[in-house]
Amino acid sequence: MIRLEHVRIALAGIAHNTLRSILTMLGILIGVGSVIVLVAVGTGSAAAVQRTIEGLGTNLLQINRQFAFGAFGRATTGTLSRSSNLTASDVRALEDRSANPDIVAVAPVVNVPSVTAVFQGASYSPALFVGTTSAYQQIKDYRVAEGNFFTDADETQHNRVAVIGQTVATNLFGNTDPVGNVVRFNGVSYQVIGLLAVKGTNGAQDQDDIVIAPLSAVQDTLTGYGASYSSIVVEAASPSRQSAAQAEITATLEQTHHIAAGSPDDFRILNQASLLQTTQSSSRIFTTLLGAVAAISLLVGGIGVMNIMLVTVTERTREIGIRKAIGAKRSDIMAQFVVEAILLTAIGGLLGVFAGVVGSRFTILGIHPIIADYSIFLAFGVAVVTGLFFGLYPASRAARLLPVEALRYE
Amino acid sequence: MTSVESGVPVLRLWRVTKTYGEGASAVQALRGISLVVHRRDYVAVMGASGSGKSTLMSILGCLDVPTSGRYLLDGIDVEALDDDEIAEIRNRRIGFVFQSFNLLPQLTAVQNVELPLTYAGVRRAERRRRAENALAAVGLAHRLHHRPATMSGGERQRVAVARAIVAEPSLVLADEPTGNLDSSATAEVLDVFAQLNEVGRTIVLITHEADVARHAKRIVRIRDGRIVDDVRLAPIEAAPPRPGLPGHQVSGAAP
Ligand SMILES: Nc1ncnc2c1ncn2[C@@H]1O[C@H](COP(=O)(O)OP(=O)(O)OP(=O)(O)O)[C@@H](O)[C@H]1O
Ligand SMILES: [Mg+2]
Repeated sequence: MIRLEHVRIALAGIAHNTLRSILTMLGILIGVGSVIVLVAVGTGSAAAVQRTIEGLGTNLLQINRQFAFGAFGRATTGTLSRSSNLTASDVRALEDRSANPDIVAVAPVVNVPSVTAVFQGASYSPALFVGTTSAYQQIKDYRVAEGNFFTDADETQHNRVAVIGQTVATNLFGNTDPVGNVVRFNGVSYQVIGLLAVKGTNGAQDQDDIVIAPLSAVQDTLTGYGASYSSIVVEAASPSRQSAAQAEITATLEQTHHIAAGSPDDFRILNQASLLQTTQSSSRIFTTLLGAVAAISLLVGGIGVMNIMLVTVTERTREIGIRKAIGAKRSDIMAQFVVEAILLTAIGGLLGVFAGVVGSRFTILGIHPIIADYSIFLAFGVAVVTGLFFGLYPASRAARLLPVEALRYE
Repeated sequence: MTSVESGVPVLRLWRVTKTYGEGASAVQALRGISLVVHRRDYVAVMGASGSGKSTLMSILGCLDVPTSGRYLLDGIDVEALDDDEIAEIRNRRIGFVFQSFNLLPQLTAVQNVELPLTYAGVRRAERRRRAENALAAVGLAHRLHHRPATMSGGERQRVAVARAIVAEPSLVLADEPTGNLDSSATAEVLDVFAQLNEVGRTIVLITHEADVARHAKRIVRIRDGRIVDDVRLAPIEAAPPRPGLPGHQVSGAAP
């Protein structure tokens, strides 16, 4: 049992060995603080990635072509490549509200590879050049900062207009206002009618490095009327309707593509939920990695504590011998050292929590750290256990010695 | 109590041996010590270096255990006691004074002296009062809040003696308490022991010096772990002899 006296004795011990106490607390402080900060950085970056993915567009489903290999020995030529095309009739079928009640918008997408944009001597190759319909804006949740997005009329009239992202605007126009100017894409003139609001990076790519133009004009001038769209993007009625929408898409496309029940599909549907899942698991790995680095620093702190405790074991062993010789029970000795170790590690740990929380308020490598509650309890708990173990182990060994043996330590 | 000899002896040893180590390197420090010490006696243990005096003293003080033989303290067989009970005996019945003082450097004189009372569960105010009295009894009332490092050897040893007597043990054991002290500091410490013995404490003291041993009522000589001589200088019930040290006047000597 621990009495007030044990606390007094322990406090006197801590005060007497000032340097040792400070070093011990410092080791624990650094360990605990870095665990909290590093886990917060991991959590913060995971949250940032998630935010940008959500920013891709709410309730987004994307249909890609898929070449089914090998199933039942089917060849990957001829009929198959024809039937796997994503076509205008697929889009029309998906737009049928009665067959697809959970779909609110559909847009075909044609990606134009390696486009070079030129404006008054400046030239730039945007990462993405998309030909699509006006529904694309709503589906992908693009906001316009200046000017307008193109309309259905632009699409039907094959107007050569384009909306550009901030990155493209900066590279082509510098500080001049892009809206109203004419840019040549692979030599074809388009008028810029809108500037997209900044979306930022989604971790892998810059979402502002994009040009969007009406599909009809793009097919007229850049790609020609190919057999298939690159993809079709679909907006579900709500996040909870995503799987229903996905089922409707599957049913509709299996019909238009004449796929028998049980045969493998020649298309693939990516939904945002699965995308989120993938990135969540990858950011979990990132956080775990950071946590492991932090755990190592906690371990190093623990070894520091152990070192200091062991170095002073001679002095402490003699002290234990003296205390036992004048009547201290084994439990008195243990109580003294338990309290001492707990005070040292708890004070060090609390300072570490404080340092970690303060440190996490700063932006680190462009990431806003988000403190994970579990990291505080985990780091603090591990620190206290480490300190307790390394503080108590030498003490308990010494407390078991006969007083003569402890006193012989020199 | 008509005769002191009739009570239960404070110490009773029967064929106590102590062997350090094992096999070829084993050292037989005690080779069968049988000894009886009664209440109020004042025994000086003498012997050459390595004869086993400290070993004997550690066993008497329950700081170590004998390899064989029996040891009864106030009639209690120490071997039968568990760890906590032995701790209580060290705390209440025995006051131990070491040659090297063994004070805790981080504590002041009065805090060092309080320590046995702390482990006895005595309340703080009471503890402080008794510690101050004990320090006054060894003539250190003016050194209460000094740390050991700032005190002379004689003062430190007197603090250690105060610590040994603060819990009012019936038995005081001192292993060469004057070994590190000059003659005036030695006189101070012997004076304290004489007073303690006069008020009824049993004292066993180890010394190399014949001048110190002359202050006891009985001298036991040890050689190679055996008692070779046991002489009585004064009867148990008498006051302890105060022959004084050569070239030094004993301060508290009776006229
Ligand atoms: N821990 C130990 N391990 C092994 N041998 C020991 C140990 N302690 C004492 N001895 C041996 O036991 C013998 C008796 O030692 P002890 O310390 O009792 O002698 P002493 O009479 O107190 O000597 P001194 O007058 O020098 O203090 C010595 O030979 C010593 O070397
Ligand atoms: Mg000795």
